[in-house]
Amino acid sequence: MTKDDILDQLVEMMRDYFDEPDLALDRDSTAREVAEWDSLAHVNIIAGVESTFGVRFAISEIESLKSVGDLVDLVVAKKGL
Amino acid sequence: MIELEWLPAVDDWSARLTQARSSDSPDWPALRSLAASSIDFLQTDRLDRVLGKTFAGAPPEGLAAPVVRIAVTGSATLSHLAPALRIAAARRNMWAEVHVGEYGQYHQELEDPDSALWQFNPTALLIALDARHLFARQLNSAEEAAGHVAQLLDRCEALWAKARARGLHVIHQTAMPVLPQLAGNNEHRVGWSAAGTLAVYNEALRARADAAGVDLLDLSPAIAADGLKLWHDPALWHRAKQEVTIRAAPAYGDLVMRLIAARAGRSAKCLVLDLDNTLWGGVIGDDGLAGIVLGQGNAAGEAHLALQAYARDLTRRGVILAVCSKNDEANALEPFDQHPDMLLRRSDIACFVANWQDKATNLRRIAAELNIGTDTLLFVDDNPAERALIRRELPEVMVPELGDDPSLYVDRIAASGWLEATALTDDDLVRASQYQANAQRTAARADVTDIDAYLRSLTMEMRWRSFDRIGLSRVAQLINKSNQFNLTTRRYNEAEIEAMINDPAVLSLQLRLLDSFGDNGMISVLIARLTEAGTAEIDTWLMSCRVLGRGAEAAALNLLVQQAQACGVERLIGRYLPSAKNGMVAAHYEKLGFVLLERGEDGSSTWQLDLTQFTPLPCHIECTEG
Repeated sequence: MTKDDILDQLVEMMRDYFDEPDLALDRDSTAREVAEWDSLAHVNIIAGVESTFGVRFAISEIESLKSVGDLVDLVVAKKGL
Repeated sequence: MIELEWLPAVDDWSARLTQARSSDSPDWPALRSLAASSIDFLQTDRLDRVLGKTFAGAPPEGLAAPVVRIAVTGSATLSHLAPALRIAAARRNMWAEVHVGEYGQYHQELEDPDSALWQFNPTALLIALDARHLFARQLNSAEEAAGHVAQLLDRCEALWAKARARGLHVIHQTAMPVLPQLAGNNEHRVGWSAAGTLAVYNEALRARADAAGVDLLDLSPAIAADGLKLWHDPALWHRAKQEVTIRAAPAYGDLVMRLIAARAGRSAKCLVLDLDNTLWGGVIGDDGLAGIVLGQGNAAGEAHLALQAYARDLTRRGVILAVCSKNDEANALEPFDQHPDMLLRRSDIACFVANWQDKATNLRRIAAELNIGTDTLLFVDDNPAERALIRRELPEVMVPELGDDPSLYVDRIAASGWLEATALTDDDLVRASQYQANAQRTAARADVTDIDAYLRSLTMEMRWRSFDRIGLSRVAQLINKSNQFNLTTRRYNEAEIEAMINDPAVLSLQLRLLDSFGDNGMISVLIARLTEAGTAEIDTWLMSCRVLGRGAEAAALNLLVQQAQACGVERLIGRYLPSAKNGMVAAHYEKLGFVLLERGEDGSSTWQLDLTQFTPLPCHIECTEG
């Protein structure tokens, strides 16, 4: 699995989650760009990423996330890809 | 992840959701069947968004109960549980509006008559107080701990009274056992420990809640079954103050909604039980009384017995039992009357239906005879095709997935929550016998259900071959084992069957049936012999009863006629030789369009089919060689 694959899977997951089939996200996207991506949704999305990819993040790792790209990199690091 | 394992997994869930929402008018039946599948929290949140948009103006029509308005209030984050409450309602063909109070403001909201909570005008109130909030105060002695519990209970009572005065259904969640032990096994010796005091509080809640007419949402059994780690994630507590982790939200929502559904009279009243491979192992019609698996000393036999014990205990608290089995009635009753290990007796069953009609028709008949709605039936059947048929034909019937192993059956039914009961009365305890008497008085008219659509959806394929060495042992097994769907009950050993392979005067067919649930394996065997010029006689025709009612007989005849015609046959002779077990096929040839030639005094009959006039029989099965 490459970083692009993980990004694709993440975007797919978020499109489903927000029920926005046309949601456009790239590595530079942030939560601010998505109206419904509030703090509650963020917690659930991170839990969803953990479930989807079978990984678990530490609190400090989650707090350091700034963009979708950071999240992709974190998944890659956790999975040792 | 906690799975809703009593609900069916739907492989193309996402595609179905897309389809259900894109149809011109909102497809509520499709959407609620997606809610009634085994889904996780991501799917739950997604479906909730879709339902919210689709029915933004007004709730769907055809609901099973009036809209419920649930106010949720408590001390920690609760908003992540709201979608699961709404989806658990949809799962039951109900609609829930949910109001989640401000974080930690439960006291103010309940006290203030003008609060948003009261303005929401709820019909039900869920109070969820988290353990750290309840036991935030530092306790210094056993006396202080006891005093704290008493104070907590008084405060709860005061809150409940506010809501009960307005006629609300009040549900109070027990405290989750998330506090660390200080001494372990000897926690009780630290009289002031919060973990120990929490256990005391939970125990004391029960009597106070009962006295106040409040339902407890007791999380302990679910947490014990699933494990606390699946219900509470310390990371999510610290990050988001979710005491119930979002991953457990679907399970939590279902636990709450089963209480609300039970109060609305939406729980199952009647357990409808299949017999073969459900109440016992094996097929009574084929294996006989001595051959079925039931009773002590055999793992599978004990598992089937455990289901019987569970069903019997349910009748003692007011659940009605019915039987719905594809069997000759005499065969189906035999174990009830004669098997020494049967726990359930004929007198436990209020309505006993054993015949060869489709089960949707039979469930309607059971409901009619018992004078209850089909939406109060809980249907227990090991056969996934029967379960799918009922879910499709009667979506209001509760149909748990049972798993592959009889040892799972009891837990799956119990976990479904479809038997949730609130108040139990003396009436409950004698209800089963009342219903039995009623059923005997009433004779219901059998309805005919349109089964064509279901059969088409099975996308059945019949693979046929003449006898060969590969299939030899399975053919021999079927020829020597099948009793019920067996026209002549002629037995042949492997050597005799092998001799038929190269015999030019024998037409033979071994048939497999595949459907959307998988490969049913070899399900039918036919042998015909060319007797005189232009004539063939069907020596053997047998079929597994598992695939009854699917049109497999018609497909088999079409294949046999094809082969016979290729050999120049113009006249096909069929015989029915009665046995103790094969009454169900007495009219087999008549149903397929054969003409009666003669009827013997022993009940046998001989039939003829004119192949020069034959047109293939309609059926929903595609036939291929292979």
